[in-house]
Amino acid sequence: MRYQFQFEAVFAEADRILNGVLLTIGLSFGAIVLGLALAVLLVAAKSLFGRWVGMLVDAYVELMRNTPFLVQLFMMFFGLPLIGIRMSGTEAALLAMTLNLGAYATEIIRAGVDSIHRSQIEAGLSLAMTKRQVFQYVVLMPALARVWPALSSQFVLMLLASSICSFISVPELSGTAAIIEQNTFRSFETYIVVTLIYLALALSLKVSLLWLGRRIFPRLSSLDRLDAKAEAA
Amino acid sequence: MVTFGWPEAFFIVRAAGWTLLLTAVAFLIGGLMGGVLAILRLSRIKLLRRLAAGYILVIQSIPVLMVLFMSYYGLSLFGVELPPFFAASASLAIYVSAYLAEIWRGSIESVPFQQWEASASLAHSPAQTYRYVILPQAIRISLPPTVGFLVQLVKNTSIVSVVGFVELSRAGQLVNNATFQPFQIFTLVAAIYFAICFPLSRLSRHLEKVMNASRPH
Amino acid sequence: MPAVLIEDVHKSYGSLEVLKGVSLAVEPGQVVALIGRSGSGKSTLLRCINGLEAFQSGRIEVAGHAVDQDQKRLRELRKDVGIVFQSYNLFPHLTVGQNIMLSPRITKNVPQAEALALAKDVLAQVGLSDKFDSYPDNLSGGQQQRVAIARSLAMKPKVMLFDEVTSALDPELTGEVLLVMEKLARDGMTMLLVTHEMNFARTVANTTVFMHQGKIWESGSSAQLFAEPQTPELRNFVGAGRH
Repeated sequence: MRYQFQFEAVFAEADRILNGVLLTIGLSFGAIVLGLALAVLLVAAKSLFGRWVGMLVDAYVELMRNTPFLVQLFMMFFGLPLIGIRMSGTEAALLAMTLNLGAYATEIIRAGVDSIHRSQIEAGLSLAMTKRQVFQYVVLMPALARVWPALSSQFVLMLLASSICSFISVPELSGTAAIIEQNTFRSFETYIVVTLIYLALALSLKVSLLWLGRRIFPRLSSLDRLDAKAEAA
Repeated sequence: MVTFGWPEAFFIVRAAGWTLLLTAVAFLIGGLMGGVLAILRLSRIKLLRRLAAGYILVIQSIPVLMVLFMSYYGLSLFGVELPPFFAASASLAIYVSAYLAEIWRGSIESVPFQQWEASASLAHSPAQTYRYVILPQAIRISLPPTVGFLVQLVKNTSIVSVVGFVELSRAGQLVNNATFQPFQIFTLVAAIYFAICFPLSRLSRHLEKVMNASRPH
Repeated sequence: MPAVLIEDVHKSYGSLEVLKGVSLAVEPGQVVALIGRSGSGKSTLLRCINGLEAFQSGRIEVAGHAVDQDQKRLRELRKDVGIVFQSYNLFPHLTVGQNIMLSPRITKNVPQAEALALAKDVLAQVGLSDKFDSYPDNLSGGQQQRVAIARSLAMKPKVMLFDEVTSALDPELTGEVLLVMEKLARDGMTMLLVTHEMNFARTVANTTVFMHQGKIWESGSSAQLFAEPQTPELRNFVGAGRH
């Protein structure tokens, strides 16, 4: 017997799918903004404060990078209420995504900061800036510019990983798929549609980040040329 | 009510064995597929290059979870009822193949072009050039990111619990459902993942340092 | 009181001693050239003066500030002591104007309008008024170095340090940078410069100091030092430069 594809039942749930898409976008956007801010703060703390602050940051980064996002999500969702922190599934998802992305972004941005030539820091210090000012005004933007491609990839991976939030019944895109699948008994059709939407979302995010990178860091390509000159000098 | 004790902990630890087995199988099959894809990706025939690039782009742009669902439900449509372990390995292998193909393509391309010229000048065939000149260098370059990706794979095996396969994460969930002591249980689960992943992460970083140090500059 | 006072400064990296008791006094308005082979310690000495390098013993006082490693006091010192580097070290993500205005704004709280006027003024001094909105990578090396000088001038320094500022430049671009420095010297700026430009040292510097093996080997008025070098090392050095 040949299988008859029936997408009508799935398309009838368009409203639900749209809400799922919006939640996926919202969660990803929130995690990107918050995770990036967290990472910048942690890298700043690591470069400005003493050794044990750095070790604390390292411990956090290693912990998050070497355990599955799913387990982190369970910890937030099942574990935190036990110590009196009560959250909805969506809030737990946003927290887990932020902490996870924050750790990866910390590692990436730290590499960017390390790649800034020492002479830039000396120039800042020689102009009477504090170490914090040197980080903020001299180091941060060129460092971010240099690692923007790596950060962008990480953001896309986070968007994809947000699908795992369906494990704690967050009604984002893949959570919505589970509901539609139950309502319509059209599992394969449901997942074809949802997969195509993920594909479209991921590719759009990739393109937008590329565009955004060019807008925020118009001198992106010039950094390395200047570096090469400083190196040659 | 059951409480979290030694039998439960033992159940979880034993499930970690399945996580490792799943990782190994997915890596092996995915690696073979990835190797072929990497070569197709660099083929002289445009169509093959395009097809490989398209496959890699699509798989890297959809959640692993969707790969899992698609292969699981897709196969069952054709009456193929795969045991969960095979469905899980197959979909993870698809995921692995796309990422390894991309890592390995990059490694092959980062061997300096002059090496091709030098090898060709010594009358080597393209196959000989690959075999004796390019691959030995490319493999060295690819080691750190490949080991790094292995960490991602170990962690991503956690999602196959969704098709009913009991590996480390699923074992944790099951015990949690019975005892509801999430802190202890998921701390143990996380600790086991960490014990597997952290040494691999360190190894990857160590290899990278060794490579950077030995690279002529 | 001298603008720069250096007394018996010793500095070593591990067991390698690079400054072996250096003493030097620079009066306000004086231009002092430091010359010598690479590794003679001249750049290290310059970097000790604004605290970029710490030294183990001895004393340095510059523009009324004692050099130590207290960050807060060092910042006060650096407001009065400018330095220009061999590799320009402009901030690549900022325009020329922003490069110049940044430090007055954030370290001296100079109001925006005032910083803007200041930036335009110092840019005019180095002859680059039209480059205010350019980015560093759109400028030639010589222009970048002139911007770096302007950036230092905007801090209204009492003393300026120049660390081989023309060494990274093509020969045809060194002239424009030296011209700017010459004008600064004429305007009475106290300057200490490490340089390979013997002609410039001879004609612009009042005093030339020849460093060798971490010590001041020979020093005196530039005219005399170049005309009648006393030590074989300096004779050798000056001779080698002449070809």
